Amino acid sequence: MKNRILFIVLILIVSTLLGVFVFQSSFRPYSLGLDISGGTLLVYQADLNTIKSPDYSSAMAGLKDVIERRINYSGVKEPRVEINKAGDNWRLIVSLAGIKDIKEAIKMIGGTPYLEFKESRSEKEIEAILDAQKKEEQIDIDTYFKSTSLTGKYLERADLGFDQNTSLPVVDLQFNSEGTKIFAELTKNNVGKPLAIYLDGTPISAPVVREEIASGRAQISGDFTLPEAKQLVARLNQGALPVPIALISQQTVGSILGEESLMKILKAGIIGLIAVIIFMIIFYQIPGLIASLSLIIYIVISLSIFKVIPITLTLAGITGFILSIGMTVDANILIFEYAKEEKKLGKTIGPALEEGFLKSWPAIRDSNISTIISAIILYYFTSSMIRGFSLTLAIGVGIGLLTAIFITKLFLEVIYLKK
Amino acid sequence: MDFIKTRKIFYILSGSIIIISILAIIISGFKWGIDFTGGSLWEIKVSDLNTQTSQQILSFLNTQEIGQITSQIASDNSLILRFQNISEEKHQELLNNLKTQIVSLEEKKFDSLGPAIGKELMKKSIWAVILVFAGILLYLTYAFRHASFDIPSYKYGFLAILALLHDLTFICCFLFLMGKIKSWELNSDFLVALLVVAGYSVHDTIVVYDRIRENLKLNALLANKGERITLAEIINKSIHQTLLRSLNTSLTTLFPLIALYFAGPNSIKVLASAMIVGIIVGTYSSIFIAPPLLYDWRRN
Repeated sequence: MKNRILFIVLILIVSTLLGVFVFQSSFRPYSLGLDISGGTLLVYQADLNTIKSPDYSSAMAGLKDVIERRINYSGVKEPRVEINKAGDNWRLIVSLAGIKDIKEAIKMIGGTPYLEFKESRSEKEIEAILDAQKKEEQIDIDTYFKSTSLTGKYLERADLGFDQNTSLPVVDLQFNSEGTKIFAELTKNNVGKPLAIYLDGTPISAPVVREEIASGRAQISGDFTLPEAKQLVARLNQGALPVPIALISQQTVGSILGEESLMKILKAGIIGLIAVIIFMIIFYQIPGLIASLSLIIYIVISLSIFKVIPITLTLAGITGFILSIGMTVDANILIFEYAKEEKKLGKTIGPALEEGFLKSWPAIRDSNISTIISAIILYYFTSSMIRGFSLTLAIGVGIGLLTAIFITKLFLEVIYLKK
Repeated sequence: MDFIKTRKIFYILSGSIIIISILAIIISGFKWGIDFTGGSLWEIKVSDLNTQTSQQILSFLNTQEIGQITSQIASDNSLILRFQNISEEKHQELLNNLKTQIVSLEEKKFDSLGPAIGKELMKKSIWAVILVFAGILLYLTYAFRHASFDIPSYKYGFLAILALLHDLTFICCFLFLMGKIKSWELNSDFLVALLVVAGYSVHDTIVVYDRIRENLKLNALLANKGERITLAEIINKSIHQTLLRSLNTSLTTLFPLIALYFAGPNSIKVLASAMIVGIIVGTYSSIFIAPPLLYDWRRN
């Protein structure tokens, strides 16, 4: 008995401390989803056609790095870039919090130069394509040039320069060691033929190769104005994208809406909680009060976990958590109903409750496991917004099970079993 | 109340609602939202939104070649617009253009999804539902494995799934009706509501079945003393024993959901109301449908 009281005191102290931790906002603040903090969620599809499948993940990691760098450069704070694989589709999910400079950031990502070197097709190939195009086939294919493995991925740095003859601005490229090898090979095979330089899918120049270039240096001499050349150099230096990307979905939430939603959902949660507590106390008196107390401890523990991990709280996530409040007291209701029956059979309240705990366990276990099964499947089959919901629901139900059984039991034992 | 005796009334009631809703849904189809179909959803706020300003916005957008536009006036001076999937440049162009026309205009929300993502979500949703069903069936068969008194364990699992399908059809029916009345659309919320109610519905059914299982066990012991009672009586007794619990847990789950529906943000109203319907129907079926079905299957 003494141990139990000691344990209860310990639980109360820990919960109070956690309560303080949960309600102050400065230390380890909650990670809020974009639908609350306001911001933009962008989904980019990566085109991995030019890459062999074993290299997909490293190419995506490279892409992620470059894009993170670009966003940081544009001044958006704490961008989150995730790699997402859906079937055969590789995607980048970019979350940009806050609303300032979002436009700029999107431009930075979307307008990223994709640098490519292409070599001439053989005459035979060109003829075949031209023939096909006459029949309105292969329209999309580049008639004169074909892709090579040399892309912006192998660029070490770009510099602004000036053509010695025309004094027009040019962009000097220096490849890294791997790129230098590829470039040497490419120039060796194409002596006397043009090698085209493409930027974002448009050819900008096609100089004729005079001899093999082993130094890994190349020059782009389009008809650049000085600011254009400068900008291109800057963009290339931030890292050319290793693979091309396309924006396939975007979600933007204004910060006003987000704040409004947060206030509303918190209010709804508190009203719901109070309704549950009043109901429990009216219906089950002292045991109901104890159940409400463990419900509050449950909320405090869950919120601390959300804070510590941290779990990003979206509106859907908070909804899942609020829902779990109702489901958590379910275990206690089951127990108390069983206990009522036992009391009708003539037992005193202490042993009746004990019997209630024992007998209701299989039903509590089975029903909670089925909810957790749903939540886990939901988690693995969906993306960001719904994931938040399934995660908080699963964590909520799991912890709720513990508090509704162990903490409620402990308190009730101290009150009713006077051993 | 004798739940076995009255069961046919509820079979007919539920059966006809299910048949009518399935027919209606097949004939008229769901109103799918942009999560599934792709497209754009734009919510903008104007300080004093009236028919004139919304007309102005619409007639401007109609000249912009962004496909068919549907608009809806929401609370607090917001206008919700739906049209085809557009690029970011186009979005910025439209926004800047409108802002010069109407100074107080403010963007609350902009979603634009390509059609590929929608198809993917649809495929994933179907898989998720199938897996949830399979998972629950397997788990129930396992959990009720010792329940060999009179009724084999797989029957509990199978009927729990049947009751679940019943509940989910009601949610579909509800959302279908709301689509007709209030032009609600089915977005990913729909999937969430279906799967959560799936968990909850089974949860409710399990509690009643668990009690039936226990009473059957008890009865088998009593049978040795010649006090055996009929299955109908056992099922009835089990329903009565769990009735208060079923109602009470439904209520405690409904309180937060009702609060969410009335006080919560607009974006979760569809989800909250679909779950409210699901929980009410789930409670109903765990009392009036699932236990009597067990009786009927056993009898044959």
